[in-house]
Amino acid sequence: MAMLEIRDIEVYYGVIKAIKGISFDVNEGEVIALIGANGAGKTTILHTITGLLQPKKGTISFDGKDITKTPAHKIVSMGMAHVPEGRRVFSQLSVFENLKMGAYTRKDKAEIEESLAMVYSKFPRLEERKTQLAGTLSGGEQQMLAMGRALMSHPKIVLMDEPSMGLSPIFVEEIFKIIEEISASGTTVLLVEQNAKKALGIADRAYVLETGNIVLDGDATELMNNETVKKAYLGE
Amino acid sequence: MDFLTHLINGISLGSIYAIIALGYTMVYGIAKMLNFAHGDVIMIGSYVVFITVSTMGFPTILGIVIAMAICTVLGMTIEKVAYSPLRNATPLAVLITAIGVSYLLQNIALLVFGANPKSFKSVVPFEPLVLADGQLVITGVSIVAIITGVIIMVALTLFVNKTKAGCAMKAVSEDRGAAQLMGINVNGTISMTFAIGSALAAIAGVLLCSAYPTLTPYTGSMPGIKAFTAAVFGGIGSIPGAMIGGLLLGIIEILGKAYISSQLADAIVFAVLIIVLLVKPTGILGKPINEKV
Ligand SMILES: Nc1ncnc2c1ncn2[C@@H]1O[C@H](COP(=O)(O)OP(=O)(O)OP(=O)(O)O)[C@@H](O)[C@H]1O
Ligand SMILES: [Mg+2]
Repeated sequence: MAMLEIRDIEVYYGVIKAIKGISFDVNEGEVIALIGANGAGKTTILHTITGLLQPKKGTISFDGKDITKTPAHKIVSMGMAHVPEGRRVFSQLSVFENLKMGAYTRKDKAEIEESLAMVYSKFPRLEERKTQLAGTLSGGEQQMLAMGRALMSHPKIVLMDEPSMGLSPIFVEEIFKIIEEISASGTTVLLVEQNAKKALGIADRAYVLETGNIVLDGDATELMNNETVKKAYLGE
Repeated sequence: MDFLTHLINGISLGSIYAIIALGYTMVYGIAKMLNFAHGDVIMIGSYVVFITVSTMGFPTILGIVIAMAICTVLGMTIEKVAYSPLRNATPLAVLITAIGVSYLLQNIALLVFGANPKSFKSVVPFEPLVLADGQLVITGVSIVAIITGVIIMVALTLFVNKTKAGCAMKAVSEDRGAAQLMGINVNGTISMTFAIGSALAAIAGVLLCSAYPTLTPYTGSMPGIKAFTAAVFGGIGSIPGAMIGGLLLGIIEILGKAYISSQLADAIVFAVLIIVLLVKPTGILGKPINEKV
């Protein structure tokens, strides 16, 4: 049994069918990449998994529990964190307060302190700027904050939606290095990326999404050598 | 000395407006809606105090606590029954519903308490403070209103800025979706906001009726509109804005009454609002509005 099982989900925006019956698995410890062009439905899938959207058909189970109808605010305490597209840090709150919100559902103060120390060691810039309002951080720093905030919930799995979007090459390197670290520390990762080359570079397996359907899947290295993938997503 | 008297009266009335305006602005900040029934919650709170204290003879404090409890439940019920089903509806639909709830409360009050004005006995037992050989008289209600206002403003500011629940409120007000991803129960947070606003409305009602002792089913509507004006004046959604807006509005109203014309005082208040909004459309402390699509 996979840690996260998506079965035949269909998701609508009004009458528009954005996800047309998709199934996939994420196993414990894996890094799974979900790649696809703009508008393919990647964000929609992540939102459906974490409960911000409800599928019209199909089921989602996490750790053996059916979470299809679980409201979004109950998902995080089950061990799933989501780094949303566009960061969505709370700009009116300080860096420190944003991180505290990440640990909102946790009670044990000592454990929260431990996570905070871990986040600060991964992102020393956040510690330097802990009293700064998040809205005044640079784009790259906001991305670090969004990732740090997700880690504050001590998740078993992290869903990341285009963490490298709009970042300079150095920051992109940095972010991917950190994703690998997160994975190495035992956390499962479901990664949505435009940067297919980088994503396939660190992923174990990948799914390729086209207008609401999965059209390809397989080992990341295999997909990297696939002609269609090369043409459409790797720009070769 | 006259000026000082008017100023103190203005600050006192302004404190009451500020307490009401806080309810409007917090609900707007969190639920993104104008709760037009807020003024009528004030009226219900005042009737509860009138019945428990004047008719049934309960101690004043107990009457106020009962009024706060009833208004809290009322506010949460209104939100649950009338507004939460409209969470994804257009702002206009929500606004019309809120106006409907306002009329509903007024008519229920008319049915239950009748149209005859009740004469509200001030809950403040203190004698007026007479200073400067009788040239400066400050009523007990004024003093209590100002002190209560200060306490509420300080407490609310600390709550919002220093507690986890306050932080969560700010998070919900900024980005509901992201707040949910943190595990924050958005419906619960909205409900709590209505509860706080309505409890404050009960306090405002008691102070208002102690200063202006005629109680009718329509008692809440004019102060409600003025406090709403104050909230917009200060920047809707901003807590310090509601405080400043409320105080300024009270001062302008009393000074306008004293020095310009008592008939025109309300018109002056609204004229000032229009001027402020022309100069700064988001109000004194309002943030630039960036509607997300
Ligand atoms: N709120 C919405 N209302 C209506 N349609 C929507 C909404 N959000 C997304 N869509 C549509 O659903 C489809 C999938 O969008 P989604 O955001 O999931 O794509 P994506 O793969 O994440 O794209 P990108 O790489 O640009 O982020 C698109 O056609 C989009 O226009
Ligand atoms: Mg997307």
